[in-house]
Amino acid sequence: MASIEILGLEKTYMVGFWRKRPKRALQPLHLTVEDGEIFGFLGPNGAGKTTTLKMLMGLVFPTAGTARILGKEWTDPEVKAQIGFLPEQPYFYDYLTAHELLDYYGQLSGVPAKDRKSRIDEMLIRVGLTDVKGLQLRKFSKGMLQRVGIAQAILHNPKLVFLDEPMSGLDPLGRREVRDLILQLQQEGKTVFFSTHILSDAEALCDRVAIIHRGELQGVGAVEELTKAVQGKVEVVWQGTHVPASIKALSGEFHVAGETARTVVSESQVDVAIDALRRERLRLVSITPVRTSLESYFVEKLQHSQTTAGKSA
Amino acid sequence: MNARIAYIASNTFREAVRDRVLYNLIAFAVLLSAAAIFIGQISIEIERLVVINLGLTAVSLFGVVIAIFVGIGLVSKEIEKRTLYTVLSRPVRRWEFIVGKFFGLAGTLVVNTFFMAIGVFGALLYVAHRFSSGDSSILIALYFIILEFLIVCALALLFSSFSSPLLSAIFAFSLFVIGSFADDLRGFATLTHGLTRWIATGAAYIVPNFSTLNVISAAAHQQAISWQLVAENTLYAVFYAAMALSGAILIFERRNLK
Repeated sequence: MASIEILGLEKTYMVGFWRKRPKRALQPLHLTVEDGEIFGFLGPNGAGKTTTLKMLMGLVFPTAGTARILGKEWTDPEVKAQIGFLPEQPYFYDYLTAHELLDYYGQLSGVPAKDRKSRIDEMLIRVGLTDVKGLQLRKFSKGMLQRVGIAQAILHNPKLVFLDEPMSGLDPLGRREVRDLILQLQQEGKTVFFSTHILSDAEALCDRVAIIHRGELQGVGAVEELTKAVQGKVEVVWQGTHVPASIKALSGEFHVAGETARTVVSESQVDVAIDALRRERLRLVSITPVRTSLESYFVEKLQHSQTTAGKSA
Repeated sequence: MNARIAYIASNTFREAVRDRVLYNLIAFAVLLSAAAIFIGQISIEIERLVVINLGLTAVSLFGVVIAIFVGIGLVSKEIEKRTLYTVLSRPVRRWEFIVGKFFGLAGTLVVNTFFMAIGVFGALLYVAHRFSSGDSSILIALYFIILEFLIVCALALLFSSFSSPLLSAIFAFSLFVIGSFADDLRGFATLTHGLTRWIATGAAYIVPNFSTLNVISAAAHQQAISWQLVAENTLYAVFYAAMALSGAILIFERRNLK
């Protein structure tokens, strides 16, 4: 079953002071996210990711189109009890402590009073904020606020979690923790929809991704599908800095870095390369099919979008 | 009251307390104590009159200033700081948010007024040494001041739902000043003719009639205030505040939170 079905949502803002003119923030968007998926919504800054999320949260009204979340109309108040949302660069009531904030959000989300305290304590442990639960949020760092943001998004045990740039403001350790948390959410059976412009996060976490640029969907699919193998190319890595002459003759593409060397050859030449390494008594480290990275795919899509936009202008 | 409205109201009250809004009570206490000591030394037989007039006027002005300056930020600050996003992405309807904010601020003002009223009665006891039965009209004057706050809160929320905090403050304060002279405006309307009369009468009835809610002078002179006026003023204030609040909700329901 689909957790999210976006059916032609689009948004046009009227900009300008005296003579208002339309500015399209989002072209009609069609997208489906399946139950239990980690779905990455990728795009550069200003691509339309946050606008899409705000429309799904009912913060911005679409110019046209509709959406279904968890099988219901997205405007249905019942839906909101089952979703969690972390906005980009979240800011909370800074006069509250982390515990008070979560208690308030728990009340608004309908978490029963008898479960609230234990649930809040569990969340604070999960995001590593137990030691500072009595501190007012105005004394929190950006990274700590991001953790509070994640805690409030999952406090009420939602089925679907929307995270807008969840790694933003976090140090490498914090990013790692959030990655692990997202994977845990998936293991708990939740669907995670997160927007990011950090492609390595998406590549490491997502089952499927969509790429959006200038308000237009550029591509959508499973990460493995998008980073498909480059037809017939194989990477051979061995230990040592010496590159045998026969390998040099096979491929002009070889690199030496530190204690290892690598080359890319066609599938039919793999045996020849291995024989060459054996003859020279070099230890083989790995043989892997070459794949395009998500980054290459992303850059290609963005360049294509820019070229198309340039031509139409 | 719906539980979510109560939670939002309670959080609004907590915000006001933690943002030290109730610190105005200290200024009020200092003002009233100084006035009571000063009046006790110089006035002859009019101590009661002066203390009640000064005390109730201060209660009204302190409250109106809080209602306007806190009220105009209730919505705009939440949008600007984006705290609203994590509230409205929960099962909270936009109208519940506005109504909750209104009750939170109104509750803050009621508590504030309660403490200021204790101050007024304390100063009165200091200068007059005893209470008399006529002083009960002070309680009605205080009740009318709270009704005044309800209207000002609702207007501040209405303006803040579509304009900047600065403009909202200007609009709300202007309307408070004009509304304080609503009876004079109605009197002026009867003296005019034609289109001017039509416009003046319309304006006189659109602006909130704070004149009718001001019985400070009557309370100071220990004049009885009729229960009919109490009922009429209650209905008027509730109706006016409800209209202003409905306007705020109508605007806010359609607003894109960019």
